[in-house]
Amino acid sequence: MTLAVDVRHRMGAFALDVRFESEGRLTALFGRSGAGKTSIINLVAGLIRPDEGLIAVDGTVLVDTARRIFVPRHRRRVGYVFQEGRLFPHLSVRRNLLYGRWFAGRREKHIAFDQVVELLGLAHLLTRPPASLSGGEKQRVAIGRALLSDPRLLLMDEPLASLDEPRKAEIFPYIERLRDEMGIPVLYVSHAIAEVARLASTVVLLSQGRVLAAGAPADVLGSSEMVPVAGPGEVGAVLDARVAKLDVAFGLSTLETRAGPLTVPRVAAGIGSKMRVFIRASDVMLSLNRPEGISALNVLAGRVVALVEESRTVIDVALDCGGQHVMARITRRSAIALRLAPGVSVYAIIKSMALEDGERPGRR
Amino acid sequence: MLGLTEEELTAVRLSLKVALWATAASLPLGVLTALVLARGRFWGVSLLNGLVHLPLILPPVVTGYLLLLLFGRQGPLGSFLAENLGIVFAFRWTGAALACAVMGFPLMVRAMRLSFEAVDRRLEQAAGTLGANPLWVFVTVTLPLALPGIIAGMVLCFAKAMGEFGATITFVSNIPGETQTLPTAIYTFTQVPGGDEGAVRLTLISVAVSMGALLVSELMARQAGRRLGTA
Repeated sequence: MTLAVDVRHRMGAFALDVRFESEGRLTALFGRSGAGKTSIINLVAGLIRPDEGLIAVDGTVLVDTARRIFVPRHRRRVGYVFQEGRLFPHLSVRRNLLYGRWFAGRREKHIAFDQVVELLGLAHLLTRPPASLSGGEKQRVAIGRALLSDPRLLLMDEPLASLDEPRKAEIFPYIERLRDEMGIPVLYVSHAIAEVARLASTVVLLSQGRVLAAGAPADVLGSSEMVPVAGPGEVGAVLDARVAKLDVAFGLSTLETRAGPLTVPRVAAGIGSKMRVFIRASDVMLSLNRPEGISALNVLAGRVVALVEESRTVIDVALDCGGQHVMARITRRSAIALRLAPGVSVYAIIKSMALEDGERPGRR
Repeated sequence: MLGLTEEELTAVRLSLKVALWATAASLPLGVLTALVLARGRFWGVSLLNGLVHLPLILPPVVTGYLLLLLFGRQGPLGSFLAENLGIVFAFRWTGAALACAVMGFPLMVRAMRLSFEAVDRRLEQAAGTLGANPLWVFVTVTLPLALPGIIAGMVLCFAKAMGEFGATITFVSNIPGETQTLPTAIYTFTQVPGGDEGAVRLTLISVAVSMGALLVSELMARQAGRRLGTA
């Protein structure tokens, strides 16, 4: 699928001027609140008519102001999962789920009702009214409802934002399955870096209504453009990983990465499945010798690639660990004391607990 | 049956008929007007709002007289309707129903307007993205969500119609069996010697019907509210 967005739109004092294309299965719009993420989703859904521009999905034009094309929202076939669910309070869960299906009419349906109910674990909720559901259950129903309208594109506006950590953990695996099993492209809005690192196949970085960068998560989330968006404490590196081992006794998982094995609190994904890990630069400690007798479980060998002075106090150290980019944020005093320079061999130390991202099962 | 005379029974039956017709016939227009007042964003909205509420403020006699001027035999609308559609209002029960509908209309619209304003527009957006065109959004989302207010509006209109006196007696007079409704019948009884007994009986019935209508509306609204999880 290709999603092409090239629009300009004014809303009061806020001006949106964005252009990006994505071929990814899950395209994340990442940025602070007020960056224009939700506006872009609303433009794609047809809730807002842009002043000027073009939006197309797989070559189907949804909006083209130059040719005066504006497909009304009910003919766009986009499934929209709103931040607050927006379930119909007067309908049961089952009838909420089937609402869009009815309007899809005789069109061939790619997704079966039972499949969605099973995927999202909704079987025991079908007869209940939405008012009786928990926040996580509501979001799952909202996802199911959007899926069953047989969309060609799924829009998700911070579907996890209103949920607490355990509820997020409950939905995360469903979104991953959705991305990998359903074959429907997703446009996903988020301001949580770990969420984006883990879910996205393409990231569009937004700030004040403009695109700062777009591309693979590892490139965009590790780039210098991230600093103004994510804040100085949130820079880091994204590592592609594969679940290798499970230590049931201690509740830990071992992930294989190019930099070496990483031990993290148990993840929901099964052995062999791929995932991404975000390592915050400020969670990484550096040592010249391989450390012994410490509690941190992760020690990665690498070389210093570059040093970036952020301030009088702080230095960001870019590392190459077996071909994998890793970032460390340390004090300038430490960098001088260790005589760090490009080419110096170091060991990066990361506490396992720093790699916990609320995705573990059984933590209600 | 309470020892009602034939005359009294006729008045009760006629009142029920008039009130039901007044409510049913003004329902579609009431819903439409309430929707326009709740959602409309054009200059005429204030004017329409004033027009709808006029019968609430005007003396009922004035409303009745205006109806007589407009819908009477010689009135411009009355003669047009009589000639072209065969609908006659003057001194008929249909005229009583028209008078009651006009007097009950502001009450009906007020209640409905409030409930339309309370409907979450974001739910309508959600329905749109799921493939419902604007008409279906209205039928499947807006209308059901506004239902408690619509019921309340209908009951208010019905109750007002059951009790309407001034406009009715001015417009269609007080003809037993044709335009003599409960209130006008009570009025007549109080004007003749020895009519007190009948007046009391009809008054009791009037109270019972009004209470019943309010209870039914309360129940229906509560049921609708419970379904929405708000009760």
